[in-house]
Amino acid sequence: MEWLTMDRWSPYAAGAGIGVLCCLTFLLSDKAIGCTTAFARTSGMIEKLFRGKKVLERPYYRKFPPVVDWEWMLVLGILLGSFLSARLSGQFHPRWIPEMWVRVHGPSLGLRLWIAFIGGVFMSFGARWAGGCTSGHGISGTLQLAVSSWIATICFFLGGIATAYLIY
Amino acid sequence: MFEKLYDNGKIQLIMGLGFGIVFGFLLQKGGVTDYEVLMGQLLLNDFTVVKVMMSAVIVGMAGVEILRSMGYVKLHPKPGSAGSSLLGGLIFGSGFGLLGYCPGTMTGAIGEGRLDALAGGVSGVLAGAWLFALLYPRLQHSVLEIGEFGEMTFPVLFKKEPWMIVVPAAILLIGALAVIEMNGL
Repeated sequence: MEWLTMDRWSPYAAGAGIGVLCCLTFLLSDKAIGCTTAFARTSGMIEKLFRGKKVLERPYYRKFPPVVDWEWMLVLGILLGSFLSARLSGQFHPRWIPEMWVRVHGPSLGLRLWIAFIGGVFMSFGARWAGGCTSGHGISGTLQLAVSSWIATICFFLGGIATAYLIY
Repeated sequence: MFEKLYDNGKIQLIMGLGFGIVFGFLLQKGGVTDYEVLMGQLLLNDFTVVKVMMSAVIVGMAGVEILRSMGYVKLHPKPGSAGSSLLGGLIFGSGFGLLGYCPGTMTGAIGEGRLDALAGGVSGVLAGAWLFALLYPRLQHSVLEIGEFGEMTFPVLFKKEPWMIVVPAAILLIGALAVIEMNGL
């Protein structure tokens, strides 16, 4: 069982495993893997805490009701699965700022969190705008040969590369 | 084939969790929950992310097409439009570059202890999704409908049998991976 405690697998092995996993979600759940609708639902749950059922006045939350569904559980699973993998290889340790960030932008935690927050806002806004993220479009959509997903995925990387070069 | 299973809500929630655990495990083992690996891809000096994604797509594309041709699965291509897919993709990308994680890998990054993904990333992603829900009524029938093409797939677009697209697409992706390896990236 040494492979469970390895730091890293070949990216091809991990990728092929994800490909098999996608086949299984289609077969056993009639669903494609995706990650951002769960966050959209959660944002609705939070608003619901403050405004109650009025949150359903928003057309978007009628389309994606603020409830725990299959994909929400999938995202929770990602957290647990990654934790399990990192624990098994001894890589789990709490840390605040990536070293690569510190080397270029310095050790200010406030700056890192502020930029991460802004990045999160744009990324999630864009994912909702495009109807999917790197999982829903980038993997699940492209493997179904969906035109929307190929366009979106190319744009994810074009936008990402441009911004990465701006800040590094 | 598994229609009864699809309708069982509770079992589906548990299966969703199970699939997620495997997905998170594979993301972490693949190295793509690491900020440096993700930014390395966007800076084009580490192609781990592309290797993971392309091999997932090659295997998934072939597997799903086999299952589909046997009548075991239905496809769920997402609808799209130029306004939605192009612009949304670019907005997503700009945020992806700043955060350094995408939504799935951000979740996995928290699992290995990366607190910037939790404190900055998750709060930002929730705020962004909420902002979109707020603006959705204005976007819905305007920019999101520009150049609409619906749930289009390449086999339908080119009026070909799916295999006629799947095989060349797989060859193309394998070729791209070979070029990446030959250049030592």
